[in-house]
Amino acid sequence: MRKVGVIGAGLTLFRRRMLETPQELAYIAASRALDEAGLELKDIDCVVIGSAPDAFDGVHMKGEYLAKAGGEKKMVSRVYVGGATGVMTAISAWYHVASGLCEKVLAIAEEKMSPARPHPQSVFKYIWDPITEKPLNPNLIWIFAMEMHRYMAKYGIRKEEIALVSVKNKRNAMNNPYAQLPGNITVDDVLKSEVLVWPVQLLDVSPTSDGAAAMVVATEDVVRRYTDTPVWIEGVGWTLDNTSWPGRELAYPRYLENAARMAYKMAKIERPYKEIDVVEPYDPFDYKELHHLEGLMIAKKGEAPTLLKEGVFDIDGDIPSSPSGGLLGVGNPIAAAGLMKTISIYWQLKGIAGKMQVKKPVHTGVAQAWGDLMQASTVIVMRN
Amino acid sequence: MVTKLEKVGIIGAGWYGFRPQVKDLSFREMVFEAASRAYESSGIDPRKDVDTFVSCQEDFWEGISIADEFAPDPIGGAMRPTMTVPGDGIQGIIHGAMQILSGVSKVTVVESHAKPSDIEKIDKIIELGMDPLFSRLGVNVNFLAGLDATKFMKNYGIKREDLAEVVSRNLSSGFKTPRSSFASKVSVEDVLSQDFLVYPLSTMDIAKYVDASIVFILASEEIARKYDPVWIEGMSFSTAEKLGEAEYLSIASRQAYKMANVKPSQVDGIFVDDRYSYKELQHLEALGISSKEFLRDQNIEVNPYGGHLAKGVPLEASGLSLLLDAVDFIEEGHESAIVASWRGIPTYTGSVLVVRK
Amino acid sequence: MENPLKEEELKDHITISYKPFAKYEYSAGQAISKYLEGLKEGKIIGRKCNKCGRVYVPPKMYCEDCFRPTDEWVEVKDEGIVETAVASFISWTREKIEEPEIVGTIRLFPSKENDYVFPGVFHRICCSYEEVKNMSIIGKRVKAVWKSQRKGDVNDIECFKVI
Repeated sequence: MRKVGVIGAGLTLFRRRMLETPQELAYIAASRALDEAGLELKDIDCVVIGSAPDAFDGVHMKGEYLAKAGGEKKMVSRVYVGGATGVMTAISAWYHVASGLCEKVLAIAEEKMSPARPHPQSVFKYIWDPITEKPLNPNLIWIFAMEMHRYMAKYGIRKEEIALVSVKNKRNAMNNPYAQLPGNITVDDVLKSEVLVWPVQLLDVSPTSDGAAAMVVATEDVVRRYTDTPVWIEGVGWTLDNTSWPGRELAYPRYLENAARMAYKMAKIERPYKEIDVVEPYDPFDYKELHHLEGLMIAKKGEAPTLLKEGVFDIDGDIPSSPSGGLLGVGNPIAAAGLMKTISIYWQLKGIAGKMQVKKPVHTGVAQAWGDLMQASTVIVMRN
Repeated sequence: MVTKLEKVGIIGAGWYGFRPQVKDLSFREMVFEAASRAYESSGIDPRKDVDTFVSCQEDFWEGISIADEFAPDPIGGAMRPTMTVPGDGIQGIIHGAMQILSGVSKVTVVESHAKPSDIEKIDKIIELGMDPLFSRLGVNVNFLAGLDATKFMKNYGIKREDLAEVVSRNLSSGFKTPRSSFASKVSVEDVLSQDFLVYPLSTMDIAKYVDASIVFILASEEIARKYDPVWIEGMSFSTAEKLGEAEYLSIASRQAYKMANVKPSQVDGIFVDDRYSYKELQHLEALGISSKEFLRDQNIEVNPYGGHLAKGVPLEASGLSLLLDAVDFIEEGHESAIVASWRGIPTYTGSVLVVRK
Repeated sequence: MENPLKEEELKDHITISYKPFAKYEYSAGQAISKYLEGLKEGKIIGRKCNKCGRVYVPPKMYCEDCFRPTDEWVEVKDEGIVETAVASFISWTREKIEEPEIVGTIRLFPSKENDYVFPGVFHRICCSYEEVKNMSIIGKRVKAVWKSQRKGDVNDIECFKVI
């Protein structure tokens, strides 16, 4: 396999509502990524776009619309796996280069959730089966609440244990200059926050956000020419489970285990809990981080809460998890959030994460995203 | 860009529908039918032999937000590496080929489907694809094609009669394939007698929509050699906004020709998007083939099975419809073909494949 | 540089409103049409793969595991076990609602406790908020409460209720 590396990344601020258009947000993130890489747009030969539902930005064929922010006259296309799109964008950039077709690829992910009316939530009604589910008038949080409650019931996990994720991630986000909701909160704050869909409360959830992220991925030659501190993409994996989520055990994300095994095999990781130094699991809700740490086989089934309590996942712990602050702390412009997680690992491995930099030396990092009807996962392994 | 790569082979294909309405099956059932036929044609078991799956669709065509949720089950991709390219099927083929060339897959399945008959007002969905701040004018969306056609015809000296000839020829060529719902004998005069919908186009100049599902199976060079493959030797896609010219196809075809080391004149058949009659000529120019020469010299094989005018437009599966024709053409004894797709109004995106026996 | 805005600052800037006309008539197809007809008669219809024995509810014309057509229609019980249940205090447009709406997933019979996949439905559950909150509803055996006037729609079932 051809060696593929990352040489630059950029983010916009993640905020509840931005003045900029989706194209402008994409442009800002892309410019910052190119600056960090030391490249100009004319040096880029291929562009991969990541964006989640078209209904948010209110544009059909959003990839075509976003292509105008950097993709014009280039080999540009969009990839899509719902909430798992952000990491898929990086994976796709990887295979653009690893295939030999492209040399320098710009991956751009953007989401502008704020324009949707009456509320961004209303867009989510249309993600359900139009005949067998939508007539029940579902909202998005139902789906998470159902999975969270199943996870709690199956393994006997308490809400207090889960709330610690929100506390940790919002605290980590205080070191992140792009973050929307950093803060020092307590477990009690989470438990006293507004009940949305029991067992989900306001502080269990990531916010509605606008934002963009971009990353430059290149061939080994280019990487060695442009940097002395290369970061390589060494494993990629993705899996989609079936559509019929009401007919599946929701307590464990078996599709994530599949995706992780694919990525670990490629990266020659045999014992993930020993070999992974830093991880960014997808955390649109607090329990999801625990769920995903288990699916990534960093914790055993039902045991992630115990390790969390012991401090294993703290920024100075054995396996720092979401040192960026995650979606709970930084914000959740869906596809951009997944790419932000990938970028966080890249910055950690390059040693330029600033105040977010974890205490221990790191060599192997993993980012992961999740989406669709509790069915999609994407995993990327990077090393320095 | 790197130009000399291993080859990727097409080892199976299947399709279903190509009718104005397929109301008795859901889109998922249509996809299953096309996939079953593709697997049957190649003896591939999707649950064992396939490494990755690619689906090409767009949310607002489906009427489902995050429509890729429905991608895996009907192609055998559940619990497997399945992802979506919201784009034309040929972009999906190229993503699939990149997955194979990168080494992450040996056999990849690419699916696209369309059910425009489920959409109440498709023009309103197309309008939603235009810039939200300044392009949604609430007028007939074909106006963009009218502007593009007028400018193209002026620049290249193309007459209204030339467009009518494209319509007449493609509709009658459609009789050569069972996929043509709209094949008919129509004379140039018949077309010229029509009223304009948007000058210089009449309704006969515009291809109609069809429901269809198409599945292709791609394999690495090593695996494909065990079959009787059609090789993909060149591939690229591009987006470039320019009125009057299909610059997207000029850019993509240059790259694809370089990769395949061919000139268009050395290729036997050209399969090109003709969802508007003038687009066939404009696309030929972008591929480096003189449209004047084509109109004069009937020996150049362009859309020998009638293109979209005869078979209809199955939205994102349109490029795969052209590829089905190209594969049939090669199976009939020809050596090579160029496939050039376009995503339709309001996009400036096209893809090119060079395929060979 | 990007410019974050507060809600009230939006009115200081030009915004363009656009309401998409995105309307569809989804073809239910072979499997879901039969399912809806079954609901009208007060039955839950599934489809069985005779190769692996899996029963699909809602039905599918193909088995996603074996990748072959499913073989026969089966009527499953309108009873099952609550896998998970939640209580929603917000509407689909995120407005506050006073009385929580309770929904969950139900593993229908025939199925076994440790099955990873099973015939399952997503629906309302008729129980109290307290039973959701203390999790006692999870694992309970429930049965469909049918409406007397049925239209061939998932709402022909009022909810699932503990028996």
